[in-house]
Amino acid sequence: MTNTHVDYQLSQLDQLEAESIHIFREVAAEFEKPVLMFSGGKDSIVMLRLAEKAFYPAKIPFPILQVDTGLDFPEVMETRDNWVNRLGVRLVVASIDDAIANGVVVDDGKTSRNRMQTGTLLNAIEENGFTAAFGGGRRDEEKARAKERVYSHRDEFGQWDPKMQRPELWSLYNGRLHAGEHMRIFPISNWTELDIWDYIGREGIEIPDIYFSHQRRVFERDGMLMTETPLNPLRAGEVAEERTVRFRTCGDITLTGCVESTASTIDEIIEEVAAARVTERGATRGDDRFSEAAMEDRKKEGYF
Amino acid sequence: MGATDGQMDLLRFATAGSVDDGKSTLIGRLLYDSKSIFADQLEAVEKTSTDKGHGYVDLSLLTDGLRSEREQGITIDVAYRYFATPNRKFIIADTPGHVQYTRNMVTGASTADLGLVLVDARHGLTEQSRRHAVLLSLLRVPHLVLCINKMDLVEWSQETYERIHSEFTQFATKLNIPDLEVIPISALNGDNVVDRSENTPWYHGPTLMHHLEHVHVASDRDLVDTRFPVQYVVRPKSDEHHDYRGYAGLVAGGVLKKGDEVIVLPSGMTSKISGIDLFDREVDEAFPPMSVTVRLEDDVDVSRGDMIARVKNAPKPSQDIDAMVCWMTNEPLRPRQKLAIKHTTRTGRAMVKDIQYRLDVNSLHRDQEAGELGLNEIGRVQLRTTVPLLCDPYSKNRTTGSFILIDEATGVTVGAGMINSGS
Repeated sequence: MTNTHVDYQLSQLDQLEAESIHIFREVAAEFEKPVLMFSGGKDSIVMLRLAEKAFYPAKIPFPILQVDTGLDFPEVMETRDNWVNRLGVRLVVASIDDAIANGVVVDDGKTSRNRMQTGTLLNAIEENGFTAAFGGGRRDEEKARAKERVYSHRDEFGQWDPKMQRPELWSLYNGRLHAGEHMRIFPISNWTELDIWDYIGREGIEIPDIYFSHQRRVFERDGMLMTETPLNPLRAGEVAEERTVRFRTCGDITLTGCVESTASTIDEIIEEVAAARVTERGATRGDDRFSEAAMEDRKKEGYF
Repeated sequence: MGATDGQMDLLRFATAGSVDDGKSTLIGRLLYDSKSIFADQLEAVEKTSTDKGHGYVDLSLLTDGLRSEREQGITIDVAYRYFATPNRKFIIADTPGHVQYTRNMVTGASTADLGLVLVDARHGLTEQSRRHAVLLSLLRVPHLVLCINKMDLVEWSQETYERIHSEFTQFATKLNIPDLEVIPISALNGDNVVDRSENTPWYHGPTLMHHLEHVHVASDRDLVDTRFPVQYVVRPKSDEHHDYRGYAGLVAGGVLKKGDEVIVLPSGMTSKISGIDLFDREVDEAFPPMSVTVRLEDDVDVSRGDMIARVKNAPKPSQDIDAMVCWMTNEPLRPRQKLAIKHTTRTGRAMVKDIQYRLDVNSLHRDQEAGELGLNEIGRVQLRTTVPLLCDPYSKNRTTGSFILIDEATGVTVGAGMINSGS
């Protein structure tokens, strides 16, 4: 063999893809009942794409789980259905309304439905006996996530304890569990927001339309532009008007803000993201703004 | 796929040093100067700096992640951070410098291409900086950068720089450090971090960022000895792909090519590669770290935990393993102890036959009388495994030369091993 090393280099995006595929295969091989948590947003779509590649030409060997808040964007649901049909995967929907009706979570009128996702999700994992749940968390998203492992151990209450995490060495993942425990798996831990967009552009895969520039009636609240919808009544002094906007994240329609943007192609979005001066969560996620340690607290409770 | 013409490549590096050496400030500076910090993050940091009465923007606040850490002003775990320049993306494994966190340093260094050790120019090399260098060398991190920080506090003295430089070089002769760079910096003011400093006209080497951007890491892989641990068997069982049978995995060494004569271990069966699939495309060859699916001409029995190698260049299956082990839990490691072991995609059990010596990571002294390994201690251990491992020396291949030890009762990862040899 007298090949030069130069011929054998992988771009960083190919390296990230190879690492994520390795994680999907490792989990499928070692866990009895994995499930992929799917929100319909760009990160979980990239996860679906990676899972598709990991097992091709076989089908993805586990179902996908979506927590239905009843407050999701219709465009997101449509994209979800297209993906599910194309891949032929089983979709498990855990609805917050059902969870409230069954007393799994309590609607005290003060807790946002977004916060009720945690109880609904943990109940669905327990009821279905899932032992590993893939999530689309990225370490670049938020300070508390910078410490997250690829295999994130959760106790029988679904809780995350930063001090009790297992050391994770090389690419040797430890998937041992006791009864009732489960593992959260984050295959795209090392991807950044820009990597996600680069990949979506490169793969030419379908994502919800709301990520692209469109006309929408919006109003300002807490410095964010929110969608006008009967689900989120205007408060005193708030005025809705038509603007040219797009979303940087997908979530609860009553909590997810959009940004003014004319970016209507992936390339334009990439340009905008590269030049953006505000993190995607800081800009548009009302649910992460409750306190400086909001994400840390929610992770400990068992959120994604 | 393939060459990175006009595309970014990737560098993973681990940082070692304590809060007092200015490590958080340096990382904050790299993120800030590469414009990887967003306005909302910076505003939060500015506000906290003002609240605390600092007279400057405390960049170290950018990297203090958890509330418990902010309260105690320490770093308690490995944190991963990201930044990019036009040609390269960087993943930082930021490991705490305290003595009790050797295990985190080993964790962060296990995947690193480069290690960055930070020392305070006023104090020179400390026991801790020596220990960091030893660990990076033990983990075979191929490139090392020693940053002599706080040069502004020693009046940019060339003499101080030379003294620490030669002291470290002398110490490093005992270690395996193939590539060393020593850079005088001030993380607080940014000297020699991204921009060349006017305060060090006597220094002719690269700035830190320039070195990180240009250090050559592609040759650090073994592209000669083919190693393909089988992770997962792909059997679609659909009409369309009725007879498809592929072996999925990540290439751990060498180059696999269509038509190669290969051997499957541990069975010893031989066959030829009939195709290599990357999703819905066939590729001619696969190399580390590609995740691919390999098809063979013959219907041989291959399953997870097996390894595909070349007929004339294959590891010898061994159950007697000689390795350096870093112990990561309170209950000491003792002879006769039984543990679960995970090596590549293979899992089995292992028994400790002997602990030959404990390595003092500060003096490199080998204590033959130790008899056991405590938390954060490293030593040379003989293991007997229930299944043969298909291993190489860690010095040759960091993937096929490493393993983890798992406590069978708690399920926790308790040890990290680097193989010297198998027999």
